[in-house]
Amino acid sequence: MPHPPRAMDNASAPPGRGALSDWWWRNQRALTPFILLAPACLLFAVFVLYPIAASIRLSLHDWDGVGPQTWVGLANFAELFGDPVFYTALANNLCWLALYLLAPVFGLGLALFLNQDVRGIRVVRSLFLFPFVISQVVVGLIFAWFLNAEFGLLNRLLGSAGLPAVAPLESGRWAIFAVILAGLWPQTAYCMILYLTGLTGIRPELIESARMDGARGGRLLWHVVLPQLRPVTFIAAMVCVVGALRSFDLVAIMTAGGPYNSTMVLGYYMYEQTFLSLRYGYGAAIAAVLFALMGAFVGLFLWRLLRREAA
Amino acid sequence: MRGPCGLVVCVVALVLGAAGPAPARTLIINANTSDPAPRAAWSAAVAAFERENPDIQVKFNIYDHESYKKSIRNWLTGASPDVVFWFAGNRMRGFVERKLLTDVSSLFTADVTASLHRPALDLVTVGGRQYGVPYSYYQVGLYFRADLLQSAGIAQAPRDWNELLAACDRLKSAGIDPVAIGSKDLWPTAAWFDYLNLRTNGHAFHMALMAGTIPYTDPRVRAVFDKWRALLERGCFTRNHASLSWQESQALLYQGRAAMMLIGNYIVPNFPSGLREKMDFARFPTIDPGVGRYEDAPMNSLHIPAGARNKDGARRFLAYVLRADVQEAINRALSQLPVNLKAGVADDPFLAKGQALLRQADGLAQYFDRDTSEDLALIAMKGFQEFMIEPERIESVLAAIEQARKRIYGH
Repeated sequence: MPHPPRAMDNASAPPGRGALSDWWWRNQRALTPFILLAPACLLFAVFVLYPIAASIRLSLHDWDGVGPQTWVGLANFAELFGDPVFYTALANNLCWLALYLLAPVFGLGLALFLNQDVRGIRVVRSLFLFPFVISQVVVGLIFAWFLNAEFGLLNRLLGSAGLPAVAPLESGRWAIFAVILAGLWPQTAYCMILYLTGLTGIRPELIESARMDGARGGRLLWHVVLPQLRPVTFIAAMVCVVGALRSFDLVAIMTAGGPYNSTMVLGYYMYEQTFLSLRYGYGAAIAAVLFALMGAFVGLFLWRLLRREAA
Repeated sequence: MRGPCGLVVCVVALVLGAAGPAPARTLIINANTSDPAPRAAWSAAVAAFERENPDIQVKFNIYDHESYKKSIRNWLTGASPDVVFWFAGNRMRGFVERKLLTDVSSLFTADVTASLHRPALDLVTVGGRQYGVPYSYYQVGLYFRADLLQSAGIAQAPRDWNELLAACDRLKSAGIDPVAIGSKDLWPTAAWFDYLNLRTNGHAFHMALMAGTIPYTDPRVRAVFDKWRALLERGCFTRNHASLSWQESQALLYQGRAAMMLIGNYIVPNFPSGLREKMDFARFPTIDPGVGRYEDAPMNSLHIPAGARNKDGARRFLAYVLRADVQEAINRALSQLPVNLKAGVADDPFLAKGQALLRQADGLAQYFDRDTSEDLALIAMKGFQEFMIEPERIESVLAAIEQARKRIYGH
């Protein structure tokens, strides 16, 4: 028997059905969205919300991975806020964040440069994209070898130019910059791709008319091109902020947080405390702080975005 | 009504069948032997065991070394395999105290006990009961380029502290780094702490320090760092060690840029073919002649988790691994030393020297990061690295280690 096209039109259910069926026919329209959303919500709850809650719960316990979990209240957080390594990691994350915001700037520059109609430009573009395509682990290895004080290419180059050798990864002061530099390489390529895509969406008539009005160079870029790229800039900045805060792989590959914690970042400290020092509760406390920090930054960005859209 | 009931019975039977115990004949062994030589050695040993015991079918799972350390905690508390690879001594003791390992004392008959190197037996014993089977250990000491020492006018490897200092000075003036070290992975620094402490303060003090009962601000610990500092001030070590892994640092040795390295016997298979004859091994120099002969000799072992399903098969496998012929075959392939004294040793000058060294030892330690808690080891080894780069920070380094010791051991 064919179903009626719209249940609401059919206020009296066909005879011979039960009460449940009646109810369903009456409320089908209201319920359908929830039913369609349910699988996604369920997966989100199981794989995102539950782990977050479980991790926050674990941060209030002391646990070594095999024994019983003991409730310690906020003791992990109290220890964390007195832990000098935590502040080193936090400072490194913020430094990372600040320097990562250079990636959209460089990326825009490269995108403008590569956004030309020249023979072979596609090949050049794909070469610039290369660092984004390769794995972060490989980027870390390349830079670690390049900068290695004993065997690295950098010191070979400096030596042949008659300059003194350097050891950036050995230095408690400079190592973090060496790691961030390695991170900027693929990050810039990523921002470049975002901007290249954004530039294809620029309305040529606006450029034309601006040109006719005599705008060129920096003024054209600032007043005509950049406003149109605003959504791209937003995404690029957001990706860089999140990337800076969750930085882990480059640190793990290049320095493992060393020398003596000077390149520690929150992501790696969390991993180290949890899986190397076997302090699951303390690691979860670091995770909770990182979660709050990331939430604050992303929230700030979203708030600004929504406010602008409302305006 | 019969239909649905039958279905329920079927489903229950299926679920139970899937989740219930595996057939008793299957023996699940989880191993961390992922490097080529250990993988081959154990695959051969398992195959031979299966031939001898046709009623047992072994499921041999090999895991990468690092992920194994994390996973073993899940296996011991959750669904357990029947046999696990682990480390004798302090690492095993932690699991024994939690009652996660099976008592296997029945395997240690008088005959078996008599055939084992005594420290091996002690390291798997807690409260007079045995909780695992040791199968292999190796020496840690000075591996050096005899040709470079000679070219610098040093006739033989340094035997005592003054000879070590003199060798450093001579090598240094010959333009060679006396000691290669890579501290990126942190643990290579711990060998220096272990030996300086063992040679200065002896085994009992070292083990008490490892057990967390002695503060790191103790003057006897400071004395160790004073010795270390003397080496640092002479420029004994590779200058840029913090970005070198141990594998990278050994290249300095092979390139002739450094002369000595304090490392385990696992370095030997890496010697380039042309250099093997120029390499030699020596015991870490004596510092105080009044202190006994103590060495670092990390020992590997097999254990049965408390939750194992096929304990009978697991005991048979452990008994098999205790046998002299099996230990000989495994250790030949591993290039390590068997703990069964009746087992032969591969014909290799480094193993022969190592065997003599360990047999004469008055006591063995397991290496810093196995002898003390994981948590403290990591903090302390970072401290060693910092001290090696900035020796004047000794006070803050010791204070940080001591703070961690108090937190972990609670007194």
